[in-house]
Amino acid sequence: MRHIISILIENEAGALSRVSGLFSARGYNIETLTVAPTEDASLSRMTIVTTGSDDVLEQITKQLNKLVDVVKVVDLSEAAHIERELMLIKVRATGKDREEMKRMADIFRGRIIDVTDSTYVVELTGSSSKLDSFISAIDTGLILETVRTGVSGIGRGDRILKV
Amino acid sequence: MKMTGAEIVIRCLQEEKVEYMFGYPGGAVLHLYDELFKQDQIKHILVRHEQAAVHAADGYARSTQKVGVALVTSGPGATNAVTGIATAYMDSIPIVVLSGQVPVPAIGQDAFQEVDMVGITRPCVKHNFLVKDVRELADTIKKAFHIARTGRPGPVVVDIPKDVTAHTCDFAYPESVQMRSYNPVVKGHLGQIKKAVQLLAEAKRPIIYVGGGAVLSDAAEPLRKLAHHLGYPVTNTLMGLGAFSGTDKQNLGMLGMHGTVEANMAMHYADVVLSVGARFDDRVIGNPANFAEEPRKIIHIDIDPSSISKRVKVDVPIVGNVPDVLEEMWKLVEGRKPDPAQTADWWQRIGEWRSRNCLGYKQDKELIMPQYVVQKLYEITKGEAIVCSDVGQHQMWAAQYYPFAEPRRWLNSGGLGTMGVGLPYAMGAQFANPDATVVCVTGEGSIQMCIQELSTAKQFRLPIKIISLNNRYLGMVRQWQEMFYGSRYSGSYMDSLPDFVKLAEAYGHVGFRVEKPEDVEPVLKKAFIDHKDDLVFIDFQTNREANVFPMVAAGKGLTDMILAEDL
Repeated sequence: MRHIISILIENEAGALSRVSGLFSARGYNIETLTVAPTEDASLSRMTIVTTGSDDVLEQITKQLNKLVDVVKVVDLSEAAHIERELMLIKVRATGKDREEMKRMADIFRGRIIDVTDSTYVVELTGSSSKLDSFISAIDTGLILETVRTGVSGIGRGDRILKV
Repeated sequence: MKMTGAEIVIRCLQEEKVEYMFGYPGGAVLHLYDELFKQDQIKHILVRHEQAAVHAADGYARSTQKVGVALVTSGPGATNAVTGIATAYMDSIPIVVLSGQVPVPAIGQDAFQEVDMVGITRPCVKHNFLVKDVRELADTIKKAFHIARTGRPGPVVVDIPKDVTAHTCDFAYPESVQMRSYNPVVKGHLGQIKKAVQLLAEAKRPIIYVGGGAVLSDAAEPLRKLAHHLGYPVTNTLMGLGAFSGTDKQNLGMLGMHGTVEANMAMHYADVVLSVGARFDDRVIGNPANFAEEPRKIIHIDIDPSSISKRVKVDVPIVGNVPDVLEEMWKLVEGRKPDPAQTADWWQRIGEWRSRNCLGYKQDKELIMPQYVVQKLYEITKGEAIVCSDVGQHQMWAAQYYPFAEPRRWLNSGGLGTMGVGLPYAMGAQFANPDATVVCVTGEGSIQMCIQELSTAKQFRLPIKIISLNNRYLGMVRQWQEMFYGSRYSGSYMDSLPDFVKLAEAYGHVGFRVEKPEDVEPVLKKAFIDHKDDLVFIDFQTNREANVFPMVAAGKGLTDMILAEDL
């Protein structure tokens, strides 16, 4: 099953490699990983999308908590949460495709943020599955380049991950 | 008062009451060695290879409950230390390893003797630090000791660039450590403890399964009290030997791959397992799928939550410090003793398993049986020696035939299985326990992996007794090849062995060779009595074909044991 793990970790050199090293050493999957400092510069917030059985997820959470630099770990997908990912996708936009691409971007509530006479860059934000849908909705032959940030997530309402 | 980084490091170690530091100098740690020279509180033990420095610090820690300390230089010094660090990590041993590093501006420049020590050791330390600012040095060393010894103990590496040891700042050793990210749970959950006690009270086929955590947390006394009160059978893992006395009639012996029939069968068929600081690893329960076939309730006490439900599903997890949890349990059971009738049938079944006498072996008139050497060693040392084992068949025979009445008398590399630890462990243990009889049980394979330490032992006059069970084979490898690879002894034959007696003498020690069974006892007596104060190396030429039994083949279930009589 797919899970979104949120981690607060001391913003020290090597923090990322401690986490990514743990995942590779123990054979856990990483689908996406994002990391950036929080409003408190001494802390980094990491979001990892992973898959595994309940037993594996229990181990992932415990092993993460065991890392000395990790302050808090939460499995966001255990309760109501919001996930967002940002994608920049460069597509060929010529002839009839030019209008079609504009229409698709509108339908997905994307924005065209760079235009040349033959290309568009579309910026799209949403859940990972929405971004996947956009990719499968357009003609893959027109895709020149794709960049995705990986998932960021946050709990809904009173669910707060903070020190 | 301003101090240099090197002065600060030494002062920090003094504040931590470090008695011995095992190390080897080199360019990046010269400032540190200079400061060591100027003081006499910390005794520096010069080893002959950095791996041995870390093993010796590890052996020192295992035989006491103190943090062991090693000091190595950058580059090759650091990489040589890695095996020692990984060994300590796998067995949760509290050590602090200080490694030199090239100066901060040179880091990343492929400088002479530069290696990314923090990167290399990351997967095999509890935590590690690179100190880039002299002002962080004291805090970091304080944290290193705190992290190494608290919670589930483990090795901590502090990598210190050379320029940091030369820079100066004001020194004050912190009184305490506050880390928002590191606060191990110590007190067990009372509700869980009550559930555990209830399960134990109702058990008809209980077993108490004791691991290395019980040794590390000094849980022997509360464990003895609880086990005797309950009157339930107890089994120790390889790492747990001594946590519950090996001579106690409730003890079924070691369990696992080379465990006794009674321990393995009782573990498999128990209806309630009380796991005390053990982790159900592959050498203990064999195949977890096979283990799971039998219904049972498992209570698991461990300081490390990630050890719980890792390999087997646990019914009552109790995260906490083992002796504290056992004391809590004791308070709840103190008033009511279980009716012995409840477990009478169980003890009878255990009696039947015991009657198989699975550790019996055939004595030989011509050839020395290795088991016999260990038994004689036990008699002559009255079971009171600190036995430091290497890795292989001799390790298993020592574990099987030398019952330990006390914890911290059995030092071996259980998790990583590192050949070569025996002699450096014995050094660490002898420094920590100068009056104790310290024995290194080894083989001609393992001993050669750290044989250079005979020189260190001479320099510091360590009266270690080396019992080498020499079968001219890498015995455990040969045993597997005999049993599972059609006796194709690929790479397991040790050709061109040195004359170990001459070798011991060359290092300035006493050496004996024993080739006949009738000489085993007299030579052991000579070594332990006449040469009490000398290091004695005894080369026992043992039966080449002897195998370790019982044996659970890798991937098999615990009940699927191969016994000596089966072959």
